[in-house]
Amino acid sequence: MNELIWIFISALLINNFTLSLFLGLCPFLGVTQRMETAFRLGLANIFVMVITAIAAYILNTWVLIYAPYLRLISFIIVIASVVQFVEIAIKKLSPVLFKALGIFLPLITTNCAILGLALFSTNKGYGFLEGLIYALGAGGGVTIALVLLASIREETRILNIPNVVKGTALNLIIAGILSLAFMGFAGLFGSH
Amino acid sequence: MSIAAGKITISTSPFLHGVDTTPRIMWEVTLTLLPVVAAAYYFFGLAALLLIGATIAGCLAAEYLFLPATKRKSALRDGSATLTGLLLALCLPPGFPLWMSFVGGFVAIGMGKMIWGGLGNNVFNPALVGRAFLQAAFPTAITTWSAPDGHYLSLRGTNLALPFFQGHAVDAISSATPLATMKFDHVAAPLMQLLWGNTSGSLGETSAILFILAGLYLLFRKIINWRIVVSIVAMVVAFSGIFWLMDGSRYPSPLFMLLSGGLLLGTVYMATDLVTSPITPRGLWIYGLGIGFLVVLIRTWGGLPEGVMYAILLMNACTPLINRFTKIKPYGHS
Repeated sequence: MNELIWIFISALLINNFTLSLFLGLCPFLGVTQRMETAFRLGLANIFVMVITAIAAYILNTWVLIYAPYLRLISFIIVIASVVQFVEIAIKKLSPVLFKALGIFLPLITTNCAILGLALFSTNKGYGFLEGLIYALGAGGGVTIALVLLASIREETRILNIPNVVKGTALNLIIAGILSLAFMGFAGLFGSH
Repeated sequence: MSIAAGKITISTSPFLHGVDTTPRIMWEVTLTLLPVVAAAYYFFGLAALLLIGATIAGCLAAEYLFLPATKRKSALRDGSATLTGLLLALCLPPGFPLWMSFVGGFVAIGMGKMIWGGLGNNVFNPALVGRAFLQAAFPTAITTWSAPDGHYLSLRGTNLALPFFQGHAVDAISSATPLATMKFDHVAAPLMQLLWGNTSGSLGETSAILFILAGLYLLFRKIINWRIVVSIVAMVVAFSGIFWLMDGSRYPSPLFMLLSGGLLLGTVYMATDLVTSPITPRGLWIYGLGIGFLVVLIRTWGGLPEGVMYAILLMNACTPLINRFTKIKPYGHS
């Protein structure tokens, strides 16, 4: 039980996928103009990550022990089809969200955070439950980062930002300061 | 905010203007820091004054350089950059190289304030942005503490190190801070020593009593919000108190938590920054409680002995969210 909580907190804060490992930066910078959209993208991320964890576990247990050289390609194909599935489901269930996400949902297909999750949990030798908790923590961490950046960006819209840094430059600087702040979690509970 | 009977006097014009302008507040806060500066000089010698000078120079240089971009009139004289530089210097170890302090001051104002549009626009506390930047860029230099030596003209060899040159380590008698001894050896420094300040640490991490007095004065003048101060102190005492009562030999006492490190400096001068704290009363409570919680969390279970800087920066990051969710609804709106 302790182990599971530790895995969750570690993925959520200490080794935050976006702010400590710098994975999945395209949606981080692309879909954070509005907080609602960012939050929903975060939820979509959690969803895809959980499915990725399940898929990675199934692949690792029944397929990749016979053909380990297929790891990368099979992960990519499985993740791509999973995201395709999410896209179809969202299109049907929430046209508004589908419209808001636009190009970014297919972007998750090739998102390094998703592939990173599959590879990390394989490398760490996580079982089914551990992998699932890891995915929840990682997805939650990505959501926290997205929501924080989006809320700050919404605030910057009413500020008197100099023209030279308006747009991506300021976003990257905010992301950098957030990352500096998250360094405070380094080594929490004896991790590294 | 309610306008209760008796709380507000309504009269006809003419009205007198209040005198609390931005420069006035900034210089007043700076003045309350003078005893702390004097204490830093008393404990660490000339190095303290040089460090303060270097960071303020960095801050003013950045303010001057970026001013045209913000399309504002000169803000150099409003004292905010000086205050930021002074606060940044107070979180640096006495043996810190001067050129790094200058860079830190420049980054603090440049990255922490000017690119956001100048004073009043920044989301993060500028001094802490500079400090976090220095911590990430020069992790060794910023964690090399030397004990107070009582020589008023003393410089530390590392103070005059030049950029990109391998400094030769001379005469720097390093000494662990009370928080580090607590964390790694489970030995708490005597409370009286923390109160008067004869401990190792950053320039402003020594004398607790000066910060208590300055804090009381600023509270009395209503320059800092009492809700932030009360909620941080209450949370730190409650959270660390629970663990101290459970196992007093492993966990530090709440009083030690309050008096050691940069907690008082952060509480009085940084968490209460008028610009980067939430605007609603309920938001201020959440903000303060969050800082208190994170400070104890990072100090007790984190990899670093001190977490005040990160706690405040993290809650600064949450401030837009807090403002959003504690918005006050006008009467009559659903």
